[in-house]
Amino acid sequence: MNAIETLGDRTLYYVNQIGRMGIFLALVCVSVVKPPYYKISYVTRQIYLIGALSIFVIAFTGVFTGMVLGLQGYTTLRKFGSEGFLGSAVALSLIRELGPVLTALMVTGRAGSAICAEIGIMRNSEQIDALECMAIDPHKYIMAPRYIAAIVSMPLLTAVFDVVGIFGGYLIGVVLLGANEGAYFQSMYQNVEYADISMGFIKSLCFGLLVVWICTAKGYFVHLERKGGFGAEGVSRATTNAVVLASVAVLVFDYILTSLLL
Amino acid sequence: MTMDPLIQLIDVRKRFGTQEVLKGVNLAIYAGKTTVIVGESGKGKSLILKHILGLVRPDGGTVLVFGKDINAIGRKELKEIRSYFGVLFQNAALFDSMNVFDNVALPLRERTKRSEADIKKIVGETLALMDMTDSDEKYPAQLSGGMRKRVGLARALVLNPKVVFFDEPTTGLDVAKSNEIYRVFYRTQAKLGYTAVIVSHDVPKIFKLADYVALLHDGVVQDCLTPEDFQTSTNDIIRDFVEKTMGHIYDSEQMEATP
Amino acid sequence: MNRLSIETAVGLFLIFGLACLAYLAVKLGDVHLFGSDRYVVKARFANVSGLKEGSSVEIAGVSVGKVSRISLDNYQAFVELLIDRGIKIQEDAIASIRTQGIIGDKYIKISPGGAEEYIPPNGVLSETESAVDIEELISKYIFEQKAER
Repeated sequence: MNAIETLGDRTLYYVNQIGRMGIFLALVCVSVVKPPYYKISYVTRQIYLIGALSIFVIAFTGVFTGMVLGLQGYTTLRKFGSEGFLGSAVALSLIRELGPVLTALMVTGRAGSAICAEIGIMRNSEQIDALECMAIDPHKYIMAPRYIAAIVSMPLLTAVFDVVGIFGGYLIGVVLLGANEGAYFQSMYQNVEYADISMGFIKSLCFGLLVVWICTAKGYFVHLERKGGFGAEGVSRATTNAVVLASVAVLVFDYILTSLLL
Repeated sequence: MTMDPLIQLIDVRKRFGTQEVLKGVNLAIYAGKTTVIVGESGKGKSLILKHILGLVRPDGGTVLVFGKDINAIGRKELKEIRSYFGVLFQNAALFDSMNVFDNVALPLRERTKRSEADIKKIVGETLALMDMTDSDEKYPAQLSGGMRKRVGLARALVLNPKVVFFDEPTTGLDVAKSNEIYRVFYRTQAKLGYTAVIVSHDVPKIFKLADYVALLHDGVVQDCLTPEDFQTSTNDIIRDFVEKTMGHIYDSEQMEATP
Repeated sequence: MNRLSIETAVGLFLIFGLACLAYLAVKLGDVHLFGSDRYVVKARFANVSGLKEGSSVEIAGVSVGKVSRISLDNYQAFVELLIDRGIKIQEDAIASIRTQGIIGDKYIKISPGGAEEYIPPNGVLSETESAVDIEELISKYIFEQKAER
């Protein structure tokens, strides 16, 4: 009997959580679109925190991802005598898959965790209640700028990742291993199509929304966490959950989006 | 009491998990008066405030604010009602990322269309009322507990609210600091004439500023009386509370006092 | 040195990010932001088997454009070619579908003609030569040999 009760309890909890996160997303989306608008300086600040500060991490991961693709791609393609395709292999893997996914994962780790913890602490120290009592809508005031910033930043970071990665692949494949430079870029220009770029772009937009949604919602509802959400421990637990959930969701959605867009 | 209460709680119930925290709270708050809710810590005093503010939805019963059921009205109306409220939270709930000035200016910037010069003037006046003149540029983390609460009160009062709620205004402060808070409270209430609802366990000092005292015990408001009546009440629970909180500390004193 | 203000940092980030995005889109994705510097030439083929949208168009082995659209019109393949603006094609030029190597990608080869008139934008290239079907060729060869015996 106890096991059944636990099962029911958990099911209710998760159904409840999905419901409230969905409503939360809807409310934020409405407040993004509906006037009165939040000040542009709030958005700037969030783009700074989410985008500008992430750029070095992204460039660093990007260049190494590109380098390893160059190395792996070159040794594999050489077996078939088609080193000429190295450029398109590197560019396509980066643009279609690795760029959006790895950028989303890095942003989750760098900015998503910070967003979740910050909002969680605001909730626990009654700052969110205070906003509501001042008749300031927290969806508009706290969430909307973060959502806009994430959706603006993610495609740009992904583009940086792709370009830096292509350069990294060039560095290893052409400069170090001696693949043909002309072939590297020519095969890239010829085989990368608009559909590939738009696929990467759409993915990065979706991931941006997904990451910011999960991280803000987990922080916002920290007091409703199942194992108790108060105090420093509650916030740390919510942050861990948010990062894990966001990372898994990015990978799952990557599959879904790929199958839809192909 | 012939006049209608400003805020009324009728049989409000709330449970968390298996624990029933509020078991049918009835309370009336009258305009222009100071109502103090006392009781043991962690037994739902602050929860009553959150019900009135519409932050928490009761499991049963109704909360009437200005004659309207706060849980039955739309977001817009709720927003309007809240614009008449000012709240000083337990830990002041200042925004960590903003300095003192911006914290106090926030309601003005977000809720009104005043010019920046106007805002500067109003915030300056309000902070002066709190004896907080030189801290505009400081961040909440750089302030002492008493200063934070005064900034929190400044933020609560800056839009000139009709009702101000105080959640444990003096908890965690030493006597000098809590006296400062009370001084500021007297001064601002005299100037702005707001209705005050205070949750506190700073007995007996709080009796001095209360018009009515309500005791929350075991999830029920025992009675809401004037401080004088409260201290001489024949209700067992209230008498017990008064004895516990105002009685002597040393056994020997008590021995001497009893004939 | 002063630390960058938030606004400056965000501005730099946006410029850098947009530059990367523009590089990807324009250089790799063939998106033309500032009007098209190519014009459309149409052509009808009896068979375009293997030709894809995006396949290249070459003159004398030099890429001068790409296939932008393939559709069916009156049981014939109707192909739109995007040709670089600087390249002029004579009215009697011949467009033929060829294969890079034996099993490589299909592309369109344009053999220049001798006419004085050039094809205007949205004009039709009338002389075409369809895709050569290798299977058909092979079977033809085999059957012809059989018939000879």
